[in-house]
Amino acid sequence: MSQSWIRTENLTYSYQDDSTGEDQPVLHGIDLSIDRGEYIAIIGHNGSGKSTLAKLLNLVLEPTGGAIYVDGKNVSSPDMTDEDVFALRQKVGMVFQNPDNQLVATVVEEDVAFGPENLGVPSAEIRQRVDDALAMVGMTEYAKHEPHRLSGGQKQRVAIAGIIAMMPECMIFDESTAMLDPLGRREVLDTMEMLHREKNITIITITHHMDEAARADRIIVLDDGRILRDGTPEEIFSDPEPLIEAGLDVPQSASLIHRLRKQGIELPGKIGTPDDCLETICAVFEQ
Amino acid sequence: MKSITLGQFYPSDSILHRLDPRMKVILAVLYIVATFLCKNVLSFALLLLSAIVLILISKIPMKLVLGGIKAILFIMAFTALINVFFTKGETPIVEWRFIHIYAEGLWQALFMIVRITVLIVGTSMLLTYTTTPIMLTDALEQLLAPLRVLHIPVHEFAMMMTIALRFIPTLVEETNKIMSAQKARGADFTSGSLISRAKALIPILIPLFVSAFRRADELATAMECRCYHGGAGRTRMTILHYSPKDFVALAVIVVFGAGIIVLNRLGIGYTM
Repeated sequence: MSQSWIRTENLTYSYQDDSTGEDQPVLHGIDLSIDRGEYIAIIGHNGSGKSTLAKLLNLVLEPTGGAIYVDGKNVSSPDMTDEDVFALRQKVGMVFQNPDNQLVATVVEEDVAFGPENLGVPSAEIRQRVDDALAMVGMTEYAKHEPHRLSGGQKQRVAIAGIIAMMPECMIFDESTAMLDPLGRREVLDTMEMLHREKNITIITITHHMDEAARADRIIVLDDGRILRDGTPEEIFSDPEPLIEAGLDVPQSASLIHRLRKQGIELPGKIGTPDDCLETICAVFEQ
Repeated sequence: MKSITLGQFYPSDSILHRLDPRMKVILAVLYIVATFLCKNVLSFALLLLSAIVLILISKIPMKLVLGGIKAILFIMAFTALINVFFTKGETPIVEWRFIHIYAEGLWQALFMIVRITVLIVGTSMLLTYTTTPIMLTDALEQLLAPLRVLHIPVHEFAMMMTIALRFIPTLVEETNKIMSAQKARGADFTSGSLISRAKALIPILIPLFVSAFRRADELATAMECRCYHGGAGRTRMTILHYSPKDFVALAVIVVFGAGIIVLNRLGIGYTM
């Protein structure tokens, strides 16, 4: 029995095609283990099943086969009650792509309170949680604002605060930076990494920005509903051919190191982010 | 489009703004009843006075209030004319061919104009100008909560209202975007007959509806992820509390209603 916090066994998902009536498989037998406190990026081209996988983990979608265990509990079993599902969603929060379409209330703090209110948390504690969550994402001064007057990055931070207020142990970001400008993206990424570092929250981010993936501790590459690669950014990006075959990019820094290595230059060290790349190359010059 | 404001709420710190929204709804209902109790010159005078007092203590600029009355000018004129021409009485003023105007008709028209004006001014001072739409929704949800016994989905209605309020600015912004996009492709919304202008709206409405449904779908998923499951077992962050000033306001309106009934009995001048 492994100690993994989230574990999937031969997880499959397929949906029925409306026009042909045939089952259209999206995921074919995913075996995955995620430990508490990990920072994981899931990458893959469009239609690789990465979003589906994320939505299965907190039962927005129900698996058609296999099993999912979260915190030692089989959450894909048919005898899950509604309360069990709510308990799961409280533990595994999810932030979506479009910041507009996940804010419910007309005032920022009311929106952050929405999750805890649904969980039936006492009023005084909700107040405390909302204040803490807003402070954590740096949106305290906007507590009384209307969401539609905020920027994309700010809205997304409010959405994150709304999940934090539910006190999750794991947060899934389903392409949460895809619709943001560079500034908004940085705000969200910084918030994400702060939650991982300071609150020890397990982060699973679905992205198609390779430089975002490179910041994670571990990358899972999905291709046509199967796990193609699973490893640290160094492991994944030092061997870029399978990625390119799967229709994915490699971060520029990793690609540079890879080409230098191909030229026969010895480059030990990290390669994921531009900073790592710089260090690795400088180290060679110092020798 | 960032400047869009919903409803007529006018931010200020008047006593009316600070009353509990639930009490304001109750006060507004009582006030409406009072306007319909009025029967003679004295009670209508008191009614008019009360509306002026409401405007003054609400700190709403007169210009805004008059603007609100302007919107119902047509209805007022129409009601007045009907009353002038169709009220039968005993003291004729004009009798010419088929036109008979009686003094009672003129009184009746005057009373109706005062009643409609005060109805609009009073309720908007108590509710729409001094209460945000969201507070109003909360107040209605709590006041109507007993109806849940009759299986009326009060919480669900309030939630729909909240979401509608939340998404109106978003959809207005989107409409503008779609209009710009269609204009860039040569669409013309401003010339041609009424019918051709209405037809020009179809390429705006279709993308707008498609996107609204997509938004609704995504929002529903996001709400489920945040454990939304209706009103049962749900707590609220802000709990409304009645304060002494709410009960003072209630007492004032009860005295006011009693005053109207007393004045009605004095029987001075024309009685409705």
